[in-house]
Amino acid sequence: MSSDTTTAAAPYDRDVFHVEGEEHPQGSTLLGFWLYLMSDCLVFAVLFATYGVLGRSYAAGPSGADLFDLNLVAINTAMLLLSSITYGFAMLAMDKGRVPATQGWLAVTGLFGLAFVGIELYEFVHLIHEGATPQRSAFLSSFYALVGTHGTHVTFGILWLVVLMAQVAKRGLIPENRRRLLCLSMFWHFLDVVWIGVFTFVYLMGVLP
Amino acid sequence: MSGSTTRDNHGHGHGGHHGHGAHHGDAHGDAHGDAMGHGTLRDYLIGFLLSVILTAVAFWLVMYNVLGKTNLTAIAIMALAAAQIIVHMIYFLHMNTKSEGGWTMLAAIFTIVVVVITLSGSLWVMYHLNTNMMPGHLLDLR
Repeated sequence: MSSDTTTAAAPYDRDVFHVEGEEHPQGSTLLGFWLYLMSDCLVFAVLFATYGVLGRSYAAGPSGADLFDLNLVAINTAMLLLSSITYGFAMLAMDKGRVPATQGWLAVTGLFGLAFVGIELYEFVHLIHEGATPQRSAFLSSFYALVGTHGTHVTFGILWLVVLMAQVAKRGLIPENRRRLLCLSMFWHFLDVVWIGVFTFVYLMGVLP
Repeated sequence: MSGSTTRDNHGHGHGGHHGHGAHHGDAHGDAHGDAMGHGTLRDYLIGFLLSVILTAVAFWLVMYNVLGKTNLTAIAIMALAAAQIIVHMIYFLHMNTKSEGGWTMLAAIFTIVVVVITLSGSLWVMYHLNTNMMPGHLLDLR
Protein backbone atom coordinates (compact mmCIF):
# COMPACT_ATOMS: atom_id res chain seq x y z
CA MET A 1 0.00 0.00 0.00
CA SER A 2 2.77 2.34 1.00
CA SER A 3 4.80 1.47 -2.10
CA ASP A 4 1.69 2.09 -4.23
CA THR A 5 1.36 5.53 -2.70
CA THR A 6 4.92 6.50 -3.53
CA THR A 7 4.68 5.26 -7.12
CA ALA A 8 1.38 7.05 -7.52
CA ALA A 9 2.76 10.27 -6.05
CA ALA A 10 5.89 10.38 -8.21
CA PRO A 11 4.26 11.07 -11.59
CA TYR A 12 1.88 13.45 -9.89
CA ASP A 13 4.75 15.52 -8.50
CA ARG A 14 6.30 15.69 -11.91
CA ASP A 15 3.08 16.43 -13.76
CA VAL A 16 1.70 19.14 -11.51
CA PHE A 17 4.20 21.68 -12.81
CA HIS A 18 3.22 21.03 -16.41
CA VAL A 19 -0.54 21.34 -16.21
CA GLU A 20 -1.69 23.25 -19.23
CA GLY A 21 -4.08 26.15 -18.75
CA GLU A 22 -3.34 26.36 -15.03
CA GLU A 23 -2.47 30.03 -15.02
CA HIS A 24 -2.25 32.27 -12.04
CA PRO A 25 -5.64 33.55 -10.93
CA GLN A 26 -7.05 36.41 -12.97
CA GLY A 27 -7.41 38.69 -9.98
CA SER A 28 -3.76 38.73 -8.98
CA THR A 29 -2.62 40.53 -12.14
CA LEU A 30 -5.18 43.29 -11.70
CA LEU A 31 -4.41 43.64 -7.99
CA GLY A 32 -0.68 43.76 -8.79
CA PHE A 33 -1.28 46.38 -11.44
CA TRP A 34 -3.38 48.35 -8.98
CA LEU A 35 -0.45 48.29 -6.53
CA TYR A 36 1.80 49.61 -9.34
CA LEU A 37 -0.68 52.45 -9.91
CA MET A 38 -0.66 53.26 -6.21
CA SER A 39 3.16 53.45 -6.25
CA ASP A 40 2.91 55.65 -9.36
CA CYS A 41 0.50 57.78 -7.35
CA LEU A 42 3.31 58.31 -4.81
CA VAL A 43 5.63 59.46 -7.62
CA PHE A 44 3.08 62.08 -8.60
CA ALA A 45 2.50 63.00 -4.92
CA VAL A 46 6.20 63.84 -4.57
CA LEU A 47 6.10 65.94 -7.76
CA PHE A 48 2.95 67.70 -6.52
CA ALA A 49 4.66 68.38 -3.17
CA THR A 50 7.69 69.80 -5.01
CA TYR A 51 5.42 72.02 -7.08
CA GLY A 52 3.51 73.02 -3.94
CA VAL A 53 6.73 74.17 -2.27
CA LEU A 54 8.36 75.82 -5.33
CA GLY A 55 5.26 76.87 -7.28
CA ARG A 56 5.44 80.50 -6.15
CA SER A 57 9.21 80.90 -6.45
CA TYR A 58 9.28 82.87 -9.70
CA ALA A 59 12.86 84.26 -9.38
CA ALA A 60 11.53 87.55 -10.84
CA GLY A 61 10.44 85.57 -13.89
CA PRO A 62 6.98 84.95 -15.33
CA SER A 63 4.22 83.56 -13.07
CA GLY A 64 1.43 81.17 -13.90
CA ALA A 65 -0.95 84.08 -14.43
CA ASP A 66 1.43 85.45 -17.10
CA LEU A 67 1.94 82.13 -18.88
CA PHE A 68 -1.08 79.86 -18.68
CA ASP A 69 -3.80 79.95 -21.31
CA LEU A 70 -6.85 78.46 -19.59
CA ASN A 71 -8.73 78.00 -22.88
CA LEU A 72 -5.97 75.65 -24.05
CA VAL A 73 -6.02 73.82 -20.70
CA ALA A 74 -9.81 73.48 -20.90
CA ILE A 75 -9.52 71.91 -24.38
CA ASN A 76 -6.78 69.58 -23.10
CA THR A 77 -8.93 68.56 -20.14
CA ALA A 78 -11.83 67.85 -22.51
CA MET A 79 -9.55 65.65 -24.69
CA LEU A 80 -8.50 63.52 -21.71
CA LEU A 81 -12.02 63.30 -20.31
CA LEU A 82 -13.41 62.24 -23.72
CA SER A 83 -10.62 59.66 -24.09
CA SER A 84 -11.61 58.24 -20.69
CA ILE A 85 -15.21 57.63 -21.71
CA THR A 86 -14.26 56.26 -25.15
CA TYR A 87 -11.94 53.79 -23.39
CA GLY A 88 -14.94 52.89 -21.24
CA PHE A 89 -16.94 52.24 -24.43
CA ALA A 90 -14.08 50.04 -25.68
CA MET A 91 -14.32 48.01 -22.45
CA LEU A 92 -18.10 47.65 -22.87
CA ALA A 93 -17.59 46.45 -26.47
CA MET A 94 -14.93 44.03 -25.20
CA ASP A 95 -17.37 42.60 -22.63
CA LYS A 96 -19.73 41.82 -25.51
CA GLY A 97 -16.90 40.28 -27.52
CA ARG A 98 -17.21 42.72 -30.43
CA VAL A 99 -13.73 43.04 -31.93
CA PRO A 100 -14.41 45.82 -34.52
CA ALA A 101 -16.23 48.02 -31.98
CA THR A 102 -13.47 47.48 -29.41
CA GLN A 103 -10.77 48.36 -31.94
CA GLY A 104 -12.74 51.40 -33.13
CA TRP A 105 -13.20 52.83 -29.64
CA LEU A 106 -9.56 52.09 -28.80
CA ALA A 107 -8.51 53.99 -31.94
CA VAL A 108 -10.72 56.96 -30.96
CA THR A 109 -9.19 56.86 -27.45
CA GLY A 110 -5.71 56.88 -28.97
CA LEU A 111 -6.57 59.88 -31.16
CA PHE A 112 -7.88 61.84 -28.16
CA GLY A 113 -4.70 60.88 -26.31
CA LEU A 114 -2.58 62.07 -29.24
CA ALA A 115 -4.53 65.35 -29.32
CA PHE A 116 -3.83 65.78 -25.59
CA VAL A 117 -0.09 65.16 -25.98
CA GLY A 118 -0.01 67.37 -29.10
CA ILE A 119 -1.67 70.31 -27.34
CA GLU A 120 0.62 69.89 -24.35
CA LEU A 121 3.73 69.84 -26.55
CA TYR A 122 2.42 72.93 -28.39
CA GLU A 123 2.02 74.64 -25.00
CA PHE A 124 5.55 73.68 -23.93
CA VAL A 125 7.06 74.89 -27.21
CA HIS A 126 5.11 78.13 -26.90
CA LEU A 127 6.33 78.65 -23.30
CA ILE A 128 9.95 77.87 -24.17
CA HIS A 129 9.72 80.25 -27.13
CA GLU A 130 8.65 82.98 -24.70
CA GLY A 131 11.72 82.29 -22.57
CA ALA A 132 9.85 80.32 -19.89
CA THR A 133 12.27 77.39 -19.94
CA PRO A 134 12.73 74.89 -17.08
CA GLN A 135 15.97 76.71 -16.16
CA ARG A 136 14.22 80.07 -15.71
CA SER A 137 12.88 79.60 -12.15
CA ALA A 138 12.10 76.99 -9.50
CA PHE A 139 8.43 77.41 -10.39
CA LEU A 140 9.06 76.49 -14.03
CA SER A 141 11.41 73.59 -13.11
CA SER A 142 8.76 72.01 -10.91
CA PHE A 143 6.05 72.81 -13.47
CA TYR A 144 7.84 71.00 -16.31
CA ALA A 145 8.77 68.10 -14.01
CA LEU A 146 5.15 67.52 -12.91
CA VAL A 147 3.29 68.20 -16.17
CA GLY A 148 6.04 66.56 -18.25
CA THR A 149 5.90 63.37 -16.17
CA HIS A 150 2.15 63.19 -16.68
CA GLY A 151 2.56 63.80 -20.42
CA THR A 152 5.19 61.06 -20.61
CA HIS A 153 2.78 58.67 -18.91
CA VAL A 154 0.09 59.50 -21.48
CA THR A 155 2.59 59.05 -24.33
CA PHE A 156 3.55 55.58 -23.13
CA GLY A 157 -0.13 54.83 -22.58
CA ILE A 158 -0.74 55.56 -26.27
CA LEU A 159 2.20 53.33 -27.22
CA TRP A 160 0.75 50.55 -25.05
CA LEU A 161 -2.67 51.12 -26.67
CA VAL A 162 -1.22 50.70 -30.18
CA VAL A 163 0.58 47.51 -29.14
CA LEU A 164 -2.64 46.09 -27.66
CA MET A 165 -4.62 47.01 -30.81
CA ALA A 166 -2.05 45.03 -32.84
CA GLN A 167 -2.42 42.12 -30.37
CA VAL A 168 -6.21 42.18 -30.63
CA ALA A 169 -6.01 42.39 -34.45
CA LYS A 170 -3.72 39.35 -34.51
CA ARG A 171 -5.24 37.13 -31.81
CA GLY A 172 -8.67 38.56 -31.08
CA LEU A 173 -10.20 39.09 -27.65
CA ILE A 174 -8.52 36.14 -25.96
CA PRO A 175 -8.46 36.14 -22.11
CA GLU A 176 -4.85 37.38 -22.11
CA ASN A 177 -5.72 40.37 -24.27
CA ARG A 178 -8.77 41.12 -22.13
CA ARG A 179 -6.56 41.14 -19.04
CA ARG A 180 -4.09 43.49 -20.75
CA LEU A 181 -6.87 45.80 -21.89
CA LEU A 182 -8.24 45.90 -18.33
CA CYS A 183 -4.79 46.89 -17.03
CA LEU A 184 -4.48 49.66 -19.62
CA SER A 185 -8.01 50.75 -18.71
CA MET A 186 -6.96 51.26 -15.10
CA PHE A 187 -3.76 53.03 -16.24
CA TRP A 188 -5.70 55.36 -18.54
CA HIS A 189 -8.36 56.31 -15.98
CA PHE A 190 -5.63 56.76 -13.36
CA LEU A 191 -3.89 59.30 -15.62
CA ASP A 192 -7.17 61.15 -15.93
CA VAL A 193 -7.40 61.27 -12.11
CA VAL A 194 -3.86 62.69 -11.91
CA TRP A 195 -4.79 65.29 -14.54
CA ILE A 196 -7.62 66.52 -12.26
CA GLY A 197 -4.92 67.35 -9.72
CA VAL A 198 -2.73 68.99 -12.38
CA PHE A 199 -5.34 71.29 -13.88
CA THR A 200 -6.66 72.25 -10.43
CA PHE A 201 -3.42 72.80 -8.51
CA VAL A 202 -1.14 73.95 -11.33
CA TYR A 203 -3.29 75.75 -13.89
CA LEU A 204 -6.42 76.97 -12.09
CA MET A 205 -4.67 77.90 -8.83
CA GLY A 206 -1.68 79.21 -10.81
CA VAL A 207 -3.71 81.94 -12.48
CA LEU A 208 -5.45 83.02 -9.25
CA PRO A 209 -4.19 86.45 -8.16
CA MET B 1 -3.23 7.18 -0.20
CA SER B 2 -2.98 10.81 0.67
CA GLY B 3 -1.06 11.42 -2.53
CA SER B 4 -3.80 10.00 -4.72
CA THR B 5 -6.44 11.98 -2.82
CA THR B 6 -4.54 15.19 -3.46
CA ARG B 7 -4.21 14.30 -7.09
CA ASP B 8 -7.94 13.68 -7.35
CA ASN B 9 -8.72 16.99 -5.71
CA HIS B 10 -6.25 18.78 -7.85
CA GLY B 11 -7.44 17.09 -11.01
CA HIS B 12 -10.98 18.01 -10.18
CA GLY B 13 -10.08 21.60 -9.43
CA HIS B 14 -8.11 21.88 -12.60
CA GLY B 15 -10.86 20.32 -14.66
CA GLY B 16 -13.39 22.68 -13.20
CA HIS B 17 -11.21 25.67 -13.86
CA HIS B 18 -10.47 24.61 -17.39
CA GLY B 19 -14.10 23.93 -18.16
CA HIS B 20 -15.01 27.31 -16.77
CA GLY B 21 -12.39 28.93 -18.97
CA ALA B 22 -13.60 27.09 -22.04
CA HIS B 23 -17.27 27.86 -21.55
CA HIS B 24 -17.05 31.32 -20.10
CA GLY B 25 -13.75 32.43 -21.54
CA ASP B 26 -15.28 35.74 -22.49
CA ALA B 27 -16.36 36.49 -18.94
CA HIS B 28 -13.30 35.30 -17.10
CA GLY B 29 -13.08 38.33 -14.86
CA ASP B 30 -16.81 38.68 -14.43
CA ALA B 31 -17.20 35.15 -13.12
CA HIS B 32 -15.52 36.16 -9.89
CA GLY B 33 -17.95 39.02 -9.52
CA ASP B 34 -15.29 41.31 -8.11
CA ALA B 35 -12.96 41.99 -11.02
CA MET B 36 -11.84 45.53 -11.52
CA GLY B 37 -12.23 47.54 -14.69
CA HIS B 38 -15.77 46.41 -15.42
CA GLY B 39 -18.62 48.82 -15.55
CA THR B 40 -21.93 49.37 -17.22
CA LEU B 41 -22.83 51.97 -19.84
CA ARG B 42 -24.86 53.73 -17.17
CA ASP B 43 -21.80 53.95 -14.87
CA TYR B 44 -19.67 55.50 -17.60
CA LEU B 45 -22.33 58.01 -18.67
CA ILE B 46 -23.07 59.12 -15.08
CA GLY B 47 -19.35 59.44 -14.38
CA PHE B 48 -18.76 61.39 -17.57
CA LEU B 49 -21.67 63.76 -16.94
CA LEU B 50 -20.58 64.44 -13.35
CA SER B 51 -16.96 64.96 -14.45
CA VAL B 52 -17.97 67.41 -17.18
CA ILE B 53 -20.11 69.40 -14.72
CA LEU B 54 -17.43 69.46 -11.99
CA THR B 55 -14.68 70.43 -14.47
CA ALA B 56 -16.80 73.11 -16.14
CA VAL B 57 -17.76 74.66 -12.80
CA ALA B 58 -14.10 74.75 -11.68
CA PHE B 59 -12.97 76.48 -14.90
CA TRP B 60 -15.98 78.84 -14.81
CA LEU B 61 -15.20 79.91 -11.22
CA VAL B 62 -11.61 80.79 -12.11
CA MET B 63 -12.00 82.18 -15.64
CA TYR B 64 -14.85 84.54 -14.76
CA ASN B 65 -13.74 85.18 -11.16
CA VAL B 66 -17.26 84.43 -9.98
CA LEU B 67 -16.57 84.30 -6.24
CA GLY B 68 -14.37 87.40 -6.20
CA LYS B 69 -12.10 86.29 -3.36
CA THR B 70 -8.95 84.28 -4.13
CA ASN B 71 -9.05 82.12 -1.01
CA LEU B 72 -12.71 81.27 -1.48
CA THR B 73 -12.12 80.31 -5.13
CA ALA B 74 -9.10 78.18 -4.17
CA ILE B 75 -11.08 76.27 -1.56
CA ALA B 76 -14.01 75.83 -3.97
CA ILE B 77 -11.90 74.39 -6.83
CA MET B 78 -10.03 72.09 -4.43
CA ALA B 79 -13.37 70.76 -3.19
CA LEU B 80 -14.52 70.29 -6.80
CA ALA B 81 -11.27 68.44 -7.63
CA ALA B 82 -11.71 66.13 -4.61
CA ALA B 83 -15.29 65.42 -5.65
CA GLN B 84 -14.22 64.69 -9.23
CA ILE B 85 -11.45 62.33 -8.10
CA ILE B 86 -14.02 60.37 -6.09
CA VAL B 87 -16.39 60.34 -9.11
CA HIS B 88 -13.59 58.96 -11.33
CA MET B 89 -12.66 56.30 -8.78
CA ILE B 90 -16.23 55.08 -8.44
CA TYR B 91 -17.53 55.35 -12.02
CA PHE B 92 -14.39 54.91 -14.17
CA LEU B 93 -12.07 52.80 -11.98
CA HIS B 94 -15.08 50.94 -10.49
CA MET B 95 -13.62 50.94 -7.03
CA ASN B 96 -15.59 49.42 -4.21
CA THR B 97 -14.88 47.84 -0.86
CA LYS B 98 -15.38 44.31 -2.19
CA SER B 99 -13.06 44.13 -5.23
CA GLU B 100 -10.13 41.73 -4.72
CA GLY B 101 -11.42 40.96 -1.25
CA GLY B 102 -10.98 44.58 -0.16
CA TRP B 103 -7.26 44.73 -0.95
CA THR B 104 -7.59 47.41 -3.64
CA MET B 105 -9.44 49.64 -1.20
CA LEU B 106 -6.87 48.95 1.52
CA ALA B 107 -3.99 49.79 -0.86
CA ALA B 108 -5.81 52.94 -1.96
CA ILE B 109 -6.43 54.08 1.62
CA PHE B 110 -2.79 53.44 2.52
CA THR B 111 -1.68 55.44 -0.53
CA ILE B 112 -4.02 58.32 0.29
CA VAL B 113 -2.63 58.43 3.86
CA VAL B 114 0.97 58.54 2.56
CA VAL B 115 0.06 61.16 -0.06
CA VAL B 116 -1.62 63.38 2.54
CA ILE B 117 1.39 63.09 4.88
CA THR B 118 3.80 63.82 1.99
CA LEU B 119 1.88 66.83 0.70
CA SER B 120 0.86 68.46 3.97
CA GLY B 121 4.20 67.65 5.62
CA SER B 122 6.25 69.15 2.77
CA LEU B 123 4.12 72.28 2.54
CA TRP B 124 4.05 72.75 6.32
CA VAL B 125 7.77 72.24 6.90
CA MET B 126 8.88 74.31 3.90
CA TYR B 127 6.45 77.13 4.71
CA HIS B 128 7.80 77.42 8.25
CA LEU B 129 11.36 77.15 6.97
CA ASN B 130 10.71 80.04 4.59
CA THR B 131 8.97 82.13 7.24
CA ASN B 132 11.48 81.55 10.01
CA MET B 133 14.57 81.93 7.84
CA MET B 134 13.54 85.32 6.46
CA PRO B 135 16.12 88.03 7.22
CA GLY B 136 13.33 90.31 8.46
CA HIS B 137 12.39 87.83 11.16
CA LEU B 138 16.00 87.64 12.39
CA LEU B 139 16.18 91.44 12.54
CA ASP B 140 13.05 91.49 14.71
CA LEU B 141 14.79 89.30 17.27
CA ARG B 142 17.49 91.83 17.97
